Amino acid sequence: MDLFEYQARDIFEKHGVPVLRGVVATTADGARAGAEQLLGDESGVVVVKAQVKTGGRGKAGGVKIARSADEAAERAGEILGMDIKGHTVHRVMVAEGARIAQEFYFSVLLDRAERRYLAMCSVEGGMEIEELAVERPEALARVAVDPRTGIDQAKADEIVDAAGFPTKTTPEIAAKVADVLQKLWAVYQGEDATLVEVNPLVLTEDGDVVALDGKVTLDANADFRHADHAELEDKAAADPLEARAKEKDLNYVKLDGEVGIIGNGAGLVMSTLDVVAYAGEKHGGVKPANFLDIGGGASAEVMAAGLDIILSDPQVKSVFVNVFGGITACDAVANGIVAALEILGDEASKPLVVRLDGNNVVEGRRILADAGHPLVTLADTMDGGADKAAELANA
Amino acid sequence: MAIFLTEASKVIVQGMTGSEGTKHTTRMLASGTNVVGGVNPRKAGTTVAFGETEVPVFGSVADAMAQTGADVSVIFVPPAHTKGAVVEAIDAGIPLVVIITEGVPVADTAEFFAYAQDKGVRLVGPNCPGLISPGKSNVGIIPADITGPGRVGLVSKSGTLTYQMMYELRDFGFSSAVGIGGDPIIGTTHIDALAAFEADPDTDLIVMIGEIGGDAEERAAAYIKENVTKPVVGYVAGFTAPEGKTMGHAGAIVSGSSGTAEAKKVALEAAGVKVGKTPSETAALAREILAGA
Repeated sequence: MDLFEYQARDIFEKHGVPVLRGVVATTADGARAGAEQLLGDESGVVVVKAQVKTGGRGKAGGVKIARSADEAAERAGEILGMDIKGHTVHRVMVAEGARIAQEFYFSVLLDRAERRYLAMCSVEGGMEIEELAVERPEALARVAVDPRTGIDQAKADEIVDAAGFPTKTTPEIAAKVADVLQKLWAVYQGEDATLVEVNPLVLTEDGDVVALDGKVTLDANADFRHADHAELEDKAAADPLEARAKEKDLNYVKLDGEVGIIGNGAGLVMSTLDVVAYAGEKHGGVKPANFLDIGGGASAEVMAAGLDIILSDPQVKSVFVNVFGGITACDAVANGIVAALEILGDEASKPLVVRLDGNNVVEGRRILADAGHPLVTLADTMDGGADKAAELANA
Repeated sequence: MAIFLTEASKVIVQGMTGSEGTKHTTRMLASGTNVVGGVNPRKAGTTVAFGETEVPVFGSVADAMAQTGADVSVIFVPPAHTKGAVVEAIDAGIPLVVIITEGVPVADTAEFFAYAQDKGVRLVGPNCPGLISPGKSNVGIIPADITGPGRVGLVSKSGTLTYQMMYELRDFGFSSAVGIGGDPIIGTTHIDALAAFEADPDTDLIVMIGEIGGDAEERAAAYIKENVTKPVVGYVAGFTAPEGKTMGHAGAIVSGSSGTAEAKKVALEAAGVKVGKTPSETAALAREILAGA
């Protein structure tokens, strides 16, 4: 799960990473109140920042400076509702302004290839890091991090040195950065993150090192040890069908298409989407409508819940159920489909193409044939089933 | 021969007394796997009956190894306890640990993988169906009745695609099929399995199944180009997957322009691998090569 900047800021603060004060607002008035709170009676600046889970918001006009609470409200009014790379801005963060002397870059992330962690750091922060990595790779230090020891003092010093901080001329700045890196590691490890990125990490004119922006991705597999992570989820942004599927513990991703897909196993379902898309090329360009993996145990209840979600997608014209009976035998899956159609009754209103193979396939096909449900067509192969489902979706 | 798992393999099950462990131990025994024990400190000294077979329960992996000579452990414990179970197996020095559990925090995997590297222990998984050398041994949850022994080697990130491909090529049979798992960090990679199949005299052709996310397939392609002389046929799932959405497997995500199925296909083809657009087309490519061999 990717976090918003304001959520990252809160988590940074919790782990002692220096951040500036910030207030989240969903309206212009809220932004005014936030700015009043931050500015108090003093004159100064605040920054109004769009909260979107994508990069490049500055260039898109999603970050504006304001010199008064009224101006903050005005800027927030402009930014709220803005579209940034397909993300609508529903919230802004009004943050204290900083007098920046220098900008740095730091991130720590999962290195899938090396199967450990990677820290990246540069004394040239602020710009898009992808650009820096391409244009001046030598300016971006990459330091391997052992998952067991993490970023301790020695590792932090190594990173700071590799990034080219002038450890000799301004040792106090290098030391402050090294201290912040260890706190960012505490965020990474303590919250089970797979990415913590700070761009820019700044040196203020007062000599403080502050995380001015933050990007954090959390590992959903670790949710069991972070009860507080559930509230970070952006429920409003989730597709309503995805939200319903999640409540039922279904692994569902909404796509833009006409053929509903149910299968068992992530790989087979991904493959089914592809095969349906190819078949669709011959049938008016119909596409898969979703990803839905019902997993190994395809019980009647799970099948019914899955079919229910898919059939309530108004775009769906036909459904392809593609199951390879491994652990779960095909007769159990067939019984699940028959029972699911009974549970759904009149709600089941779109044609279903079912392909079963593997464990106990003959019995599974017999059950479906005997049930003789008018909406169900049996297919012998995955390719044949995909073709039939695409044809029905184009009818 | 076969890779990683042979008829001589002696297997213990960590989590044998849990519901998943019990179910799959029954299946492993039924397919001829030499399951020599289970591990559960609270039930040490007891035995569990699987039909005719009585399997002893030991208090620790070390105990089980000392008393049975076990050299493979398969793990069916819940995610919160997986790290502890793997570390125990590594500490005991068992050479092969197969982790079936889905949903292990990646930080835990990163830690126990680093530890396994130091100790020279091979891990397979997590979040994988395990591996099978048909007719010899079956460790994990791959159905043993899809096909029998043969000369095709298979390595795959996905469980059900493993079954699908074994089914497509069931008339040829397999030397070994290895499900390496769909997590971002896994103990055994495509490259590890490719190297083992290349060295295995009983494997004539290798089928490699990948999916979106990361660059394991691209790295495997580079490895094949330099090191693999046997024919390799490939398949990549997820051409239609949208950017930024996790497709079931924790590691199956296209990030920006990286991790796409297209990029993987291009890399594999550049390395001389024949890549099918669908599982059936992939099987047909394998069939052509096997018929000519």
